Amino acid sequence: MATLEINNLHAEVAEEGGEHILRGVDLEVASGEIHALMGPNGSGKSTTAKVIAGHPAYEVTDGEIILHLDEDDVDDVDVELDEEDYRWNLLELEPNERAALGIFLGFQYPAEIEGVTMTNFLRQALNAKHDEREELFAGEDEADADGEDEDAGYETSPMEGPADDGEIGVAEFQELLTEKMDLLDMDEKFMQRYLNAGFSGGEKKQNEVLQAALLEPAIAVLDEIDSGLDIDRLQDVSEGINALRDEQGTGILQITHYQRILDYVEPDHVHVMLDGKIAKSGGAELATELEDEGYDWVREEAYEAA
Amino acid sequence: MSSEDLQDTDTEARFEFKKEQKSAFQAEKGLTEETIRLISEDKDEPEWMLQRRLRALEQFHEMPMPTDWPGQPDLSEVDVDEIIPYIRPDVDVRAGVDDWTELPDDIKDTFDKLGIPEAEKNALSGVGAQYESEVVYQNMRDRWEEKGVIFCNMDKAVQEHEELVREHFMTKCVPPSDNKFAALHGAIWSGGSFVYVPEDTTVDMPVQAYFRMNSEGMGQFEHTLIIAEESSEVHYIEGCSAPKYSAFNLHSGGVEVFVGEDAHVQYSTVQNWSKNTYNLNTKRAIVEENGRMEWISGSMGSKATMLYPSTILKGRGASDNHITIAFAGEGQDIDTGAKVYHNAPNTKSTIESKSISKDGGRTNYRGLVHIADGAEGSSTAVECDALMFDNESTSDTMPYMEINESTVDVAHEATVGKIGDEDIFYLQSRGLDDDDAKQMIVSGFIEPITEELPIEYAVELNRLVELEMEGSLG
Repeated sequence: MATLEINNLHAEVAEEGGEHILRGVDLEVASGEIHALMGPNGSGKSTTAKVIAGHPAYEVTDGEIILHLDEDDVDDVDVELDEEDYRWNLLELEPNERAALGIFLGFQYPAEIEGVTMTNFLRQALNAKHDEREELFAGEDEADADGEDEDAGYETSPMEGPADDGEIGVAEFQELLTEKMDLLDMDEKFMQRYLNAGFSGGEKKQNEVLQAALLEPAIAVLDEIDSGLDIDRLQDVSEGINALRDEQGTGILQITHYQRILDYVEPDHVHVMLDGKIAKSGGAELATELEDEGYDWVREEAYEAA
Repeated sequence: MSSEDLQDTDTEARFEFKKEQKSAFQAEKGLTEETIRLISEDKDEPEWMLQRRLRALEQFHEMPMPTDWPGQPDLSEVDVDEIIPYIRPDVDVRAGVDDWTELPDDIKDTFDKLGIPEAEKNALSGVGAQYESEVVYQNMRDRWEEKGVIFCNMDKAVQEHEELVREHFMTKCVPPSDNKFAALHGAIWSGGSFVYVPEDTTVDMPVQAYFRMNSEGMGQFEHTLIIAEESSEVHYIEGCSAPKYSAFNLHSGGVEVFVGEDAHVQYSTVQNWSKNTYNLNTKRAIVEENGRMEWISGSMGSKATMLYPSTILKGRGASDNHITIAFAGEGQDIDTGAKVYHNAPNTKSTIESKSISKDGGRTNYRGLVHIADGAEGSSTAVECDALMFDNESTSDTMPYMEINESTVDVAHEATVGKIGDEDIFYLQSRGLDDDDAKQMIVSGFIEPITEELPIEYAVELNRLVELEMEGSLG
């Protein structure tokens, strides 16, 4: 069981004179839990999500983001692990390294990449995650040796790419993908389309959930995955999110404006973000209260307390 | 076509000749009649070919260097007075190419990185003659020959198919008077491919010529002549998928394609030149009524490239399709595009041009679409997309449209973009590292080209682009 621990996180826009957006965020999300992060526009919700994933547009000026792993998070790793392999300071890692350790960011506006089929993309992503995990846990020396091997040419045929026993093959991948898509009730025609290109808003969101199902992250941060969805699609996507938790024990940090999705994805914890920090936390009932009364009372309460 | 076939003239005699002539050639400054006579004599050519060479030489001397095109690559280093020593690299180097181990490191390195197995490397460098595709080729060749298809080395074609060559070689399609480098080519051309497809014949497998490693050294001026008679069909692929061994720095090829009535020719090429090469080619097709021409090309490498494959849509209903990709890295100026002349009614053309530039490289799309008076009902669509890696790189688009007819349909669309940080971040957040993310975006960008190529070429094109992006070719 993994835990994502955010302590006193401060961040600003990376360019010179950039706006100070996060002003001391404290948050802890463990696998198997569902957290809702709510708050008005501009309060720092999306920035929190991007900073967790390592977006280069933000500079962290204070605080830390720690990922604690457990035995069962690393049972696919073949090397002997040290104590430090269970505790990772995400701020020292590249976005792809964070992804490899089990952090997933579901985007509000996913990129559209022309010419890259879904199948190709997903298989490469899965293999990249596998490779990066090996490198992270094996340490830098062995990682370098791996890098050299990569350019040594194809051992089989150029069509198959460099031989590597650890990578998922085409057939095995297809099987896995079909299974995950069935789970989300997605049409197989998706797979030959280009990554998000020409996808409807709903298809994009479904695709984000599919990726999370396939990559099996420890913690998934889903940024307004409910925006722009009609009610049917909202239900599909919600089922997918619940499956992430129920089937693979993913911890979910669900960023949303609306109570609506929380009717389908019931949160264990609800946090209200105001002016770059968590102003109030509570159970599922907090979301209902916000729906009825807005954020003003939270603000008043928070500033009185301060 | 095997590398063996491309050099099946009497190799030993040619080397002897070169040894004898080496000092004479090097003493000679500039292109002279004597030089041309020696080349022609070496090839045992008929008198008419020698006369054409000499006429082309005159034209070459008469024409000025192109210098005044807006934004054209700098050709001031191309010193025509130094050309001859370049086409005759010294004998040691030439002999050395027969031995894999004596190839320059960067070329061996490229083969390694391309993942080309040793056996194939040997075949490509002219050592080992046997590898699987040769057997396949032989089988195919037998089948084609029964149907009257001709596919051979251009030098051989001059000897064995003299009438066809005499009629078509640099007469109506690419005359030496076309431009200075066409004239140069006409004077000193050597090697290349000759393809003839008779009426109503479909060559159902791509005809392939490998110019990957040219141990003859003179193939830098190769000539390709394709004649597709009425209702025939052929796909010709020229693979230059590793840097040519380049002891000299000018490549000036010529390609002529004749597409008969209702015929269909696809010419595909993946080329990668060493970074000291000036790549100045002339490629043109003439298309008769309802014929169809397709140009698919990936241009990689070179210091400067000026290449605008062109099509003359001569007959009613003829059509043309261009797909090109260019990649420019540091110090490279890749000036490519397409030209289409709509000279008959109801002719159609599409041009899709993609370019990638990084580390200060420059790409330019230079295109011309001419719709003649009387070419009513014709249509053309031009699309140029440029992708840039950084703020140092540049990309220009210079589409010229000359429309002399009112009932036509003309579309032009250009997009220029930097590889998006958000796109890269998205892929990184899915586990791909920075390089792989960029590579994936670029592979997607060039996908319209790779999907048109047989898989082995597509794989190699992708791999070459990947190597270019790593900056490990050069």
